Amino acid sequence: MKNGFWIFLAVFVALGGSWCGFVLAPELQLGGAKQTTILNSSDVYPIGRPGEANQGLSVYRANGCAACHTEQVRQTGIACNVELMDAGKNPEAVTNLISSLVLTNLTKEVANKAADQITAAGGKTEIHIVATGSDIARGWGMRQSVAEDFLHDQPVQLGSLRAGPDLSNIGARADANWQLLHLYTPQSVVKGSTMPPFRYLFEVRKIGREPSPDALKLPPEFAPPAGCEVVPTPEAVELAAYLLSLRATAPLYDAPIAP
Amino acid sequence: MTVNEKSDNNFGGASVPASRLVSSLAPPVDTSLRVPLLALFGGAALWLVIGSMLAMIASIKFHAPDFPANCPWLTYGRVQPAADDALLYGFCIPAGLGVALWLFAQLGRAPLRGAIVPVVAAKLWHLGVLVGLAGILSGNSTGFAWLEFPRAGSVILFFAYLLLALWAMMNFAARRERALYPSHWFLVAALFWFPWIYPTANLFLVAWPVRGVVQAIIGWWFAGNLLFVWLALVGIGTAFYFLPKFSGRPLQSYYLALFAFWTLILFGTWCGIPPGAPVPAWMPVLSSFAAGLTVVPVLAVAAIAWHTSRGSDAPSLECGVASSLWLEKSAHRADTTAHCEPKGGPFCFIRFGLMSFVLSSLMFIAMACPRISRVTEFTWFGPAQTQLQLYGFFAMTMFGAIYYLLPRAAGFELPFPKLARAQFWISMPGVVLLVLPLAIGGVEQGMKLNNLNITFMDATKAMLPFLRISTIGLLLILLGNSLFALNIFAMTFVWEKSLVKKVFAVVTAPLEKSSASASLRRDQGEVEA
Repeated sequence: MKNGFWIFLAVFVALGGSWCGFVLAPELQLGGAKQTTILNSSDVYPIGRPGEANQGLSVYRANGCAACHTEQVRQTGIACNVELMDAGKNPEAVTNLISSLVLTNLTKEVANKAADQITAAGGKTEIHIVATGSDIARGWGMRQSVAEDFLHDQPVQLGSLRAGPDLSNIGARADANWQLLHLYTPQSVVKGSTMPPFRYLFEVRKIGREPSPDALKLPPEFAPPAGCEVVPTPEAVELAAYLLSLRATAPLYDAPIAP
Repeated sequence: MTVNEKSDNNFGGASVPASRLVSSLAPPVDTSLRVPLLALFGGAALWLVIGSMLAMIASIKFHAPDFPANCPWLTYGRVQPAADDALLYGFCIPAGLGVALWLFAQLGRAPLRGAIVPVVAAKLWHLGVLVGLAGILSGNSTGFAWLEFPRAGSVILFFAYLLLALWAMMNFAARRERALYPSHWFLVAALFWFPWIYPTANLFLVAWPVRGVVQAIIGWWFAGNLLFVWLALVGIGTAFYFLPKFSGRPLQSYYLALFAFWTLILFGTWCGIPPGAPVPAWMPVLSSFAAGLTVVPVLAVAAIAWHTSRGSDAPSLECGVASSLWLEKSAHRADTTAHCEPKGGPFCFIRFGLMSFVLSSLMFIAMACPRISRVTEFTWFGPAQTQLQLYGFFAMTMFGAIYYLLPRAAGFELPFPKLARAQFWISMPGVVLLVLPLAIGGVEQGMKLNNLNITFMDATKAMLPFLRISTIGLLLILLGNSLFALNIFAMTFVWEKSLVKKVFAVVTAPLEKSSASASLRRDQGEVEA
């Protein structure tokens, strides 16, 4: 290391290597990614978000929701569940057999063996593949998140901290009304919530000739003063639409599940 | 050279008592940097205080989630990234660049030429930070961690950095002492590092965004290279200059430092992609492997620091004779013989910074290990590591360096040296109270989240006491930062006051002269008459 040129060369070699590895190569591998098809179906995935939900993503970005919420689900593995579809001609024998077997959280071989036994007794079974792990058990998704889930997002809001729950599947857990109530006063729907309220996304105003159809139906202890109503701004509606569009349920080749 | 020294004495003598002067002993190399350094560090001190205020506002939300709920500018999701960016872009990077400028001039024994350019660049940089922070708080963040500044802010920052780096490199090229010291490798590499990673991230994420999850990958690559590699290069490069100075032993050793440098840039640059990321599996595997190898440079730095600072117990009399660097004894004689470092001074900051570097790097590496990551990912352990890296390691190292070099560069002593010492005893416990609860709480939170018998709400609530303790840490840090800013602002004020006096003297001098000549002429006229 005699002069500046050698230091420049060292930087060029080191940083150039990781630039090719973690900027160029991912772009070559994933930059041209297209929609895939959902397993055992001809539907494509992911379909783009509707316009309002897409605008909601920019409300999500502008207010830094990703500072506390992740949008990525982890799984530890997969397991097989054997389910009886039809007891057949001899239901008693099948029921007796089933009560002696373990049918959930099995490996593939054990599940096949159990399914064969039941079939031999005359029953009809199906083997369902499910993802395992605490994130899945908490209802944050049916499978792990994979690259395809984020194909249309701009910006991709993966998040890195769970000060609040994961939101990959929030659209399947709650409806639009719940989302708006939760944004206005989190404590009104989740007791003891530590989320800061986003009251600036709502307008508290005097009720006009007749109440607005969009006004929030708040529990009495959170309601505005008499004669007033709480109406969501367009931003709040967009954000709720975005949250509703978050669903991590489609089985994919990368993350096979067969519920 | 002599002219410089002379004018410096005159200037210094006009403003501060002679007893507090260092300038008569400081080489002109130092004072050529006075204005750029005051501009860089002054703005940095301001952002440091503002950043810790923003962090306090964010932290109060864990005591009272309702706290300003009606104000979009102060919502948690905006204030928290703004606080982080104010610390990183507002303080860490300009402070690091200022220290690098001084070290190049010092090690190369070449005064900075055209000091007006770095002054303008420093002002430009701080303008960029202002634009960026206003952008985040007004809801125009880009949404990528550590790259939240909107486009206008990023462009200003980039050009300001280019100017500063260009001037630093020109000073480096003009060095009179041709041999390179290990600090040179680290600092020059850092100067090249940023102009590569910053435009890459901005172009691919903000200007022409790539598709889908590639955004996240480039974001992690950028954040890893900035927070881990850039900060390590500048912080360690700085520490390698000061360690021998304070301990009176040469750096132990040249080859170990070379080894640490190469392994740091070769392995460190691949770190950052979390093991659980929803990307093709080869990326997290490669990144975790590189993070495992990064143990090597971290331990090498620890060994260098340990063996070099072991000599710090030597009687302080030796300090003056032996504390020159192994490379160039003569270069620093003026400096070191004049000024024997007290044990409790800047050395405390740099020693604490090095310990934090080793600890935060080990935390960083642990988080890249899939088995540990399964617990710590998505918990407060991550922010704890980041804070230890940014504040415990980098900012503390910079405090030590600035307290040491700024009096030399300015030509007069710190206005409140006692506050500088007090800052260590306030900021240090502040870091401990901020990082330790978050790290312990984060591990507990991770274990609770993996335990299905505990609801998410219970796991989150169990974290609250830890977060509330960390507020006390933030409060101490805010206080410490204010003391730092007080010293820097007072220094700027003293310099400006002396500048005004000097200008006043220059302006009044010819007046007296001309009035004298006028009276002379009048006398002559009388005589003629």
